Amino acid sequence: MSQLFEYLYVIAIAFFAISIKGLSEVRTSRYGNWLAAAGMVFAIGGTLTAYAVQRVDLLVIAVAVGAIIGAPIAVKVPMTAVPQRTAVSHAFGSLAVALVGTAEYYQRLPGIDSYTMTVLTAEMILGYLTFMGSCIAFAKLQGLLPGRPLVYGPRNFLSLSILAITIAIGVYLIADPGQSFVLPIMAGFAILFGFVLVMAIGGADMPTVIAILNSYAGMSAAALGFVLNNQVLIVAGALDGSSGFILALVMSQAMNRSFTNVLFGGVGGVSSKAAGGAAPGARTVAAYTIDDVATILDNARSVVFVPGYGMAVAQAQHVVKEVADLLQAKGIDVKYGIHPVAGRMPGHMNVLLAEAQVPYDQLWEMDRINPLFPETDVVIVVGANDVTNPAARTRADSPLFGMPILNVDKAKTVVFVKRSMNPGFSGVENELFYLPNTMMVFGDAKKVLADLVASLKKQ
Amino acid sequence: MSAIPDDVALNLLIFFLATFLGLQLVQRVSRLLHTPLMSLTNAISSVSIVAALIVLADPKDDLVLFLVIVAIALVFTNIVSGFLITERILRLFRRKDKK
Repeated sequence: MSQLFEYLYVIAIAFFAISIKGLSEVRTSRYGNWLAAAGMVFAIGGTLTAYAVQRVDLLVIAVAVGAIIGAPIAVKVPMTAVPQRTAVSHAFGSLAVALVGTAEYYQRLPGIDSYTMTVLTAEMILGYLTFMGSCIAFAKLQGLLPGRPLVYGPRNFLSLSILAITIAIGVYLIADPGQSFVLPIMAGFAILFGFVLVMAIGGADMPTVIAILNSYAGMSAAALGFVLNNQVLIVAGALDGSSGFILALVMSQAMNRSFTNVLFGGVGGVSSKAAGGAAPGARTVAAYTIDDVATILDNARSVVFVPGYGMAVAQAQHVVKEVADLLQAKGIDVKYGIHPVAGRMPGHMNVLLAEAQVPYDQLWEMDRINPLFPETDVVIVVGANDVTNPAARTRADSPLFGMPILNVDKAKTVVFVKRSMNPGFSGVENELFYLPNTMMVFGDAKKVLADLVASLKKQ
Repeated sequence: MSAIPDDVALNLLIFFLATFLGLQLVQRVSRLLHTPLMSLTNAISSVSIVAALIVLADPKDDLVLFLVIVAIALVFTNIVSGFLITERILRLFRRKDKK
């Protein structure tokens, strides 16, 4: 006979699956979120009907602490900091799963069968390494640690050795689960592995790394479901794990790189061979004023904005919208071209522009906008760099070669708003700067665009 | 093979089907919504609170109790912030004609 809680679990599982379906369209997305929240209530409620929880006093305190920390995070975090919040939630989620796994180990201690011990070991290693990896990702995104990758000679050898030691200790523990003193050592090495793994990864690779950590967190939750023979956990973990996997795949494809290359490639460290092309000094860049840009825009019929991480840093999304509104008032067609890896997490630019009240039908993804560039009068690049570098198409010796880019160089005019002539994250110089149809405008993105608003209003 | 509990094959089947379903569903998610997708699936996987509650039904000693209570505080943070921030993000997306 199935018990009540098992039926409630089925409802929860159905709600979780349908909620993700809800995100296939903006129209249904909010219902999806509420459905998932309802699924959570069914899962927790079902569990409470079947298991008599001890120490309700401590439970209430823990839940209160969670609510007191969680609610302000959700309500106050600015949209530009959503990648950091995501890293924190991966850290919390995977640490919680690792701690429950650890608790389950001590709980069953004398007589753990080798199947359970194998799954528990994998679950704990995954959980602890994801915890530390996410902490480092958070520190890098928040600017507490430098965003560039920590690159040193034998780093891959070192990190793989740490992983090998972690797994070896795990195997030892599986062979003799009674040796409980090695568990903290194993956890320590898993944490160390998470540390060295993400320290070696640079800021612009964060969208892929966050997605991979997302996938790991889900997998460890599913593993815990196997240990406890709990199906709602298996399904939720599998959904989370597969979602992270797909996102990681989308991100790495958008950079034309493999997971292994993202995790162990260390792009953007020492830009040794980079540079590419003639001696930079030999070429000149044409810098323009705001009024030049306003004049060009005045004669344009179609404008495409290309945002990047720099727009997030400068918090320039609202002033971008202001410029767009003025252009639209003049009857100019406005679109936004979004590269999948623009920003620091999947979909980052879409959220920021939505925050600035840009209608989402103006947000065009790379494959849709690229054919339109030859007919576009003006492209305004705000805070993006590597994703617009035509060297990715044309120069086989460039580290970016093969990466799908936004073909902004095909537009009639490119306005490139940039703080200085420093190269982008990859350390590769952008060929775009030297093209005759490129107008460089130097300065802080927010300030430049605010001046542009003033200049456009004058006309 | 006697060391392997009876339910493993069934659980593997459930895991396989759920992963397959997840891959299919996520590929259909609008690219506009990849950020809220991540916050939503993260909130969903916080259902691991269920595992903590099950252990809390019969904690063997204070160490187990401590680990589980800390885990509940962490994961409840994710439940609350996960659904709320997903709602906040999704509310930002609007159509042109609804201005």
